[in-house]
Amino acid sequence: MEKVKVEARNIELSYGTTKVLRDISLTVEPGEFFALLGPSGSGKSTLLRLIAGFNQHQSGQLLVGGRDMTGIPPWKRNVGMVFQNYALWPHMTVLENVAFGLQERRLPRAEVRSRAEAALEMVGLTGFGARRPNQLSGGQQQRVALARTLAIEPQVLLLDEPLSNLDAKLRVSMRREILRLHRRLGVTTIFVTHDQEEAMTICDRIAVLDQGVIQQIGTPVELYDRPANRFVAQFVGSVNLYEGALARARGGWAFRSPSLGECFLPESFAAAERERVEIAFRPHAVSLDAPTSPDAMQMTGAIEAGEFLGEFMRYEIRVNEALVVADQPHLRGTEPLPRGTAVRLAVPPSEIRLIA
Amino acid sequence: MIVAIALAIAAFLVAFLVFPVATVVYTAFASGAGGFTFSHFESFFGISLMRESFWNSLYVAGMSVLFASLIAIPLAYFTVRFRFRGALLIQTLGVLPLIMPPFVGAVAMQLIFGRSGSVNLLLQEHAGFTIPFMQGLNGVIFVESLHYFPFILLNLVVSLQNIDGAMEESAQNLGASGWRLFRKIVFPLAMPGYVAGASLVFVKVFDDLGTPLVLGATNMLAPQAYLRITSVGIEDPIGYVISVIMIAFSVAALWFSARILKGRDYATLQRGGTSLARRSLTRWQSVAAYAWITVVLLLVLSPHLGILLLSFSKVWSFSVLPEGFTLAHYQTVFTQSPRMIGNTLLYCGLAALLDVVIGTAIAYIILRTKLPGRQLLDWTASAALAIPGVVLGIGYLRAFRGLELPFVDGAFTAGWIALMLAYAVRRLPYALRSCMAALQQMHVSLEEAAENLGATKATTIQRIVVPLMAGGILAGFVTSFITAAVELSATIVLSSSATTAPMSYGIYLYMQSIAGRGPGAALGVLAVVIVGVGTYASHRLLQMRSNAVRPEALEAKM
Repeated sequence: MEKVKVEARNIELSYGTTKVLRDISLTVEPGEFFALLGPSGSGKSTLLRLIAGFNQHQSGQLLVGGRDMTGIPPWKRNVGMVFQNYALWPHMTVLENVAFGLQERRLPRAEVRSRAEAALEMVGLTGFGARRPNQLSGGQQQRVALARTLAIEPQVLLLDEPLSNLDAKLRVSMRREILRLHRRLGVTTIFVTHDQEEAMTICDRIAVLDQGVIQQIGTPVELYDRPANRFVAQFVGSVNLYEGALARARGGWAFRSPSLGECFLPESFAAAERERVEIAFRPHAVSLDAPTSPDAMQMTGAIEAGEFLGEFMRYEIRVNEALVVADQPHLRGTEPLPRGTAVRLAVPPSEIRLIA
Repeated sequence: MIVAIALAIAAFLVAFLVFPVATVVYTAFASGAGGFTFSHFESFFGISLMRESFWNSLYVAGMSVLFASLIAIPLAYFTVRFRFRGALLIQTLGVLPLIMPPFVGAVAMQLIFGRSGSVNLLLQEHAGFTIPFMQGLNGVIFVESLHYFPFILLNLVVSLQNIDGAMEESAQNLGASGWRLFRKIVFPLAMPGYVAGASLVFVKVFDDLGTPLVLGATNMLAPQAYLRITSVGIEDPIGYVISVIMIAFSVAALWFSARILKGRDYATLQRGGTSLARRSLTRWQSVAAYAWITVVLLLVLSPHLGILLLSFSKVWSFSVLPEGFTLAHYQTVFTQSPRMIGNTLLYCGLAALLDVVIGTAIAYIILRTKLPGRQLLDWTASAALAIPGVVLGIGYLRAFRGLELPFVDGAFTAGWIALMLAYAVRRLPYALRSCMAALQQMHVSLEEAAENLGATKATTIQRIVVPLMAGGILAGFVTSFITAAVELSATIVLSSSATTAPMSYGIYLYMQSIAGRGPGAALGVLAVVIVGVGTYASHRLLQMRSNAVRPEALEAKM
């Protein structure tokens, strides 16, 4: 299969006066597994449907395999989409569903059959062809929907929240299944999801969308380690975020925050004073009662609440007016710290990110 | 308590539905000596008029379905597919025919479309040819398909609207478009709705007695059954044979549609899903759509206009429009037959009351109790759908012959109580559906909350269930009332004197003579006004209910 590139250039789309997509530019490399991640209403599904041809942009350009898609109807795009609710036709059998796209391509009967059966085999549903969709479980329906789309050998595969209708366990196994199919076929794939874990675990790169605007594009690690803004920091993983001013003090830096109070950071932490800035650090970067190190940002507080999550304890710690979330790895036999325990917190400066 | 109520309902259904129908079936198969025989069926098919009637009934019902489909399918498609103002017109189209019974409009249709009716007179004068719209069976087909197409329209619109837009989009995504998309995806998905509507039209037309009688097309099954029983006598087996055949076809048609619907709940629209995408009409599509709607609207309105004109006309024959207008017919109606209007209100009101009481009780027993055999109540009550009015009437005549009622003079079958009970039995399925729907929408937790706070079952029903069902119960009452008000099949069979007859029978009697057409039309207009007001009221009630109860029910589910 020829791998193609998908390119959006300054795409704008609005319904009436509501702007749904604003100046969307992104490039999905040939064969890449790319995620559109965002909360509901962020425009991610709209963008996917635009690539499939169900929405029309008012300005900008959409290129699939270098070809401008403007004005090309959905049925001529050869861009396969798997719908959120699968959209399997209840009046057709599984095989008829999978064969549909091939029949629409006017392929000879024998080829339609063999390719439809091959597609079913690929998703592990050989022998299910004669059944009706409503006789299948949710996971099987999902596989049929995948087979139906893959049967036509689309140049791009679009997945619209494909796992959202499955239960948690099935979601993980289906996720691996989709990844396996992608590795095998190598088709350029765009995956829409609101679940950051889903996006991070299977996708090569992720575009985070909010309110119709791309917030950041990057690999999962880049997004996690270097979030471009407050939204990305909060949306991808958990984060502690505090607003304040950064000023020189004691040969290093002082971060003064109305909620957190005053904390000190080493000289290497920043380059210039800032009137208004936010610092962000992940809960697992906080250590409790660590030996005092002059480099680390230090705070004192008291345990306000604790949640036991198995792998770790998640504490909420009151530091002045602020609450700091700290994850502590759980080892066998350790007891959770009781509410009210006074603790000293330390965060290494390398784990702290300044967000404008 | 519940058991006593269930038994009382069962006794009512057995006495006034099962027993009369069983009597009809028994009589059709009983030999003179009391044994089982097919000889009555043999003699039925031995009479050439009967064979002709049999085929005619099938032909008329089939053709009515065909023409009703031709009218309804484009209208349904316009409504669902396109964004345009005509959709409101189409909705009106869907209701207008239903507020006037077909036999009322039949005479007016003859004056407009008959051999020497307005349209053919104009055609003859300007184009030199005529179209035999109303000739023989054509007239029945024409009137019936114009009257009953809304059943297909309404069902089809609902099932089209319930198709998830993703069903269509996924087909487009895989390369389908245009006519192939409609033929392979959209129409098959809407098929259950179409079949439900079409089989209903088939049954209604097959069973209709009034329209063929008024149009003089007596070579059909329903009129033959009626004529046999009334002219040859209640002992004549042919009438019962015809009744059994009519029941068989009704049951077969309803069974067929139930079978098609079973396991094919294609209502695929899920919560949060969007229905089929609506497109804007291009200029030419819009011209075509409005042209079709206008034609259908004119056709649909013609019986209404015709009957209105007729009720005000001095003379109307062999002319495009009446010659001279008068109010005399209304005067005639009000002096001659004010009792009929009162009778209709009384019979239909009582029948509808009985229906909603029984309907509410059955709905509660089925949805809220675990009473063994409770489904039987639903099935029996709903089975009335498959029993043609003329058959039920004949069944009453046969089953209750010789039965005298205390306190009332005369035989049971000659009095109005039999007629009222026949109305109640025939309209019970409608009221029952309405009550069931109302109770289904109500989450059981609303009742559990009351019980949790100390209310007994009886108090809960009285203070929670019935008030919340009120909208549905009222809508059921109105539906039963208005459909009973224009019922003619059982009415003709069971009405014996002008003093106890309801309006529908009065219209029929008037329409028998040329001189009576004017007053008949006037009485028809009054019936249409009553039914129209009732329909509007039930529509409003349903709207109020969906506004008032739905949000609660939804929240309760979440």
